Amino acid sequence: MRHLLDTQTLAREDALRILDVAEDMADTQQREIKKLPTLRGKTVVNLFFEDSTRTRISFEAAAKRLSADVINFSAKGSSVSKGESLQDTAQTLQAMGADAVVIRHGASGAPRTLATSGWISAGVVNAGDGTHEHPTQALLDAFTIRKRRFGADSRGRDLAGVKVTIVGDILHSRVARSNVWLLDALGAEVTLVAPPTLVPQDVSGWPVRVLYDLDEAIAAGPDALMMLRIQLERMNAAYFPTEREYSRRWGLDPLRLRALGADSIVMHPGPMNRGLEISAEAADSPRSTVLEQVTNGVSVRMAALYLLLAGADDPTTDDPAPTPAKETTR
Amino acid sequence: MSETLLFRGALIEGTAAADVIVADGVIAEIGPDLSRAGATVVDADGLVLLPGLVDLHTHLREPGYEASETILTGSRAAAAGGYSAVFAMPNTSPVADTAGVVEQELALGEAAGFVTVQPIGAVTVGQKGERLAELGAMADSRARVRVFSDDGFCVWDPLIMRRALEYVKAFDGVIAQHAQDPRLTEGAQMNEGAVSAELGLAGWPAVAEESIIARDVLLAEHVGSRLHVCHLSTAGSVDIIRWAKKRGVNVTAEVTPHHLLLTDELVRDYDARFKVNPPLRREEDVLAVREGLADGTIDIVATDHAPHPAEAKACEWHAAANGMVGLESALRVVQQAMVDTGLITWGDVARIMSREPARIGRLSGHGTPLTAGQPASLAFYDPSPRRTFTTDDLRGRSVNSPYLGRELPGDVRWTLHAGTVTVADGALLDTPGVRA
Repeated sequence: MRHLLDTQTLAREDALRILDVAEDMADTQQREIKKLPTLRGKTVVNLFFEDSTRTRISFEAAAKRLSADVINFSAKGSSVSKGESLQDTAQTLQAMGADAVVIRHGASGAPRTLATSGWISAGVVNAGDGTHEHPTQALLDAFTIRKRRFGADSRGRDLAGVKVTIVGDILHSRVARSNVWLLDALGAEVTLVAPPTLVPQDVSGWPVRVLYDLDEAIAAGPDALMMLRIQLERMNAAYFPTEREYSRRWGLDPLRLRALGADSIVMHPGPMNRGLEISAEAADSPRSTVLEQVTNGVSVRMAALYLLLAGADDPTTDDPAPTPAKETTR
Repeated sequence: MSETLLFRGALIEGTAAADVIVADGVIAEIGPDLSRAGATVVDADGLVLLPGLVDLHTHLREPGYEASETILTGSRAAAAGGYSAVFAMPNTSPVADTAGVVEQELALGEAAGFVTVQPIGAVTVGQKGERLAELGAMADSRARVRVFSDDGFCVWDPLIMRRALEYVKAFDGVIAQHAQDPRLTEGAQMNEGAVSAELGLAGWPAVAEESIIARDVLLAEHVGSRLHVCHLSTAGSVDIIRWAKKRGVNVTAEVTPHHLLLTDELVRDYDARFKVNPPLRREEDVLAVREGLADGTIDIVATDHAPHPAEAKACEWHAAANGMVGLESALRVVQQAMVDTGLITWGDVARIMSREPARIGRLSGHGTPLTAGQPASLAFYDPSPRRTFTTDDLRGRSVNSPYLGRELPGDVRWTLHAGTVTVADGALLDTPGVRA
């Protein structure tokens, strides 16, 4: 795997490969000494043009637990008019010998531009670009669903027939886009629920069902209900009238929580707006996977970095797991 | 020093072969088997003879943005593309909203000498859309401005638009509207549709163009004025223009070469060379604008030649500038999209790329008939070769072409501007050459 830019072009086998390696990584994280020597001598740069403490520290933990050297590069204001260009930043990192660049950027497509421009030779991991994609978030979500469903028997399994419903601001959500493509590739059935103003104008080509009514979606018995964070500035742009109305129609309140099937899980990529898109009762219930998602995020990002930096170009010919992981778990 | 040129065997607008003698800046004779003592004979066998092309929509960037283009470099790019006249859009710095600026542009164009540079005046002061610029002063200036546009911005206020349409009737002017509802396109990055949904780029909906065109044709009808619609790009816009013309509204419309050939699928790699305003649309739109051009609903092809320096395109999509250079490639793209597809003839090309733009812009001495005594502004074009378009084909200062690496038909062999040779045997001259 040369780069991880999106899930739309991520092959099913590659996705499963990442999830399976992440299982191995997760096993190593149960040990007293969590650190593996796998990426010793490699340099991973976290290039964050947007603030995102959660994602950055998750990548940082992942890289450090693989013994990579980590450089955090916070570069706000990337546009040509605001000073240093993406090109100059990239070439600077190249000159410093970065082996992988984890990039978070407010502009959709910036990771692809970075990966295809010829400015750097490092592998590029998209840590969220504009309203486009956030592939490691989708991978950790898929990992979490799989883990809850199959437990220790997760390896090698896809999500065939699993019903996943994603609720909220689909239009502006990179998490939703990455999940749609990945969940579809893994065989899940995806339903999107949102106010009509927050669904892209043409999703006729998406492998999803679109509903405007959350109660109808819950009645259909989803296995996983993924609540997206609602950005309050959307309200000012007249996507919906008020927070209260949004919460009433599209929030996961206690009543809706109780209407969910017994085995359904509640997911949220964080940070949550408690009382808006998700009630405290839902967020703190045993169905909630919010903290598991955070934990699994480190494992999935370890897997992605491992496959980028230690794995062969063709993952199918490569050893499926880092050696130390195997020793502890099998 | 005056020289006489005899072009032998050119296909007059792609039909019958004839010889053309050019002397003293005009077509001296045109017909079969001509001869003239002392004339330099040029083998034009199989070349299509067109009246020199006229571009109603060019950004020459001077004054103010000379890093992207100058009137000289843009004139050279135009000549290389077979043009003998270009209309220069006013979004310069300072904005061409006074007689002084348009006269300066005119003078720089004359000094360059490759093409006639006809300035377009801004509709409103500073293109801010708030109050009318001194349109009459620009009309009365030596630049004789007849086309007014805030291109880059829409004259959005309906009352300002109405007043502008009315006011320019006093000197047979026309308002060339950049149709874009600003509220519906806040932050817009590409065509709104299936592709923008996937790429997570803010959409520029077709309705933002169509609603302004619909309003403007009704305004033009109401006040009995002449309206020109710039770079129309959607199937719905074609329908509205078709409807308006049927009603008798005095409206003309242009389409760019890129909207005749390219679609929003090209945005998928986030390559900013494909970022343009209005954006590349869907395949259905491309087919509709071709059909509209073929049936006369759309009157002309105009390039919207928009040079930008490399750093304005070598960046993330959001930060990149809108626009593509187009003068050097326009005729070749039109051949591919319209002529080779059998939709139009070379006679139609003469109409949509020379006669009609000259007529809409009230530019005399261009787009004239290919008959004896007419100005010798001519393009001799070889439609037979197919070559990959490269930076060697670009003769202006900027290289932001969407066609680089793409195979295009055709080759401009000779361009003459009022008898002055600017392209000779496929080569752009360093200085405008022999005065024939």
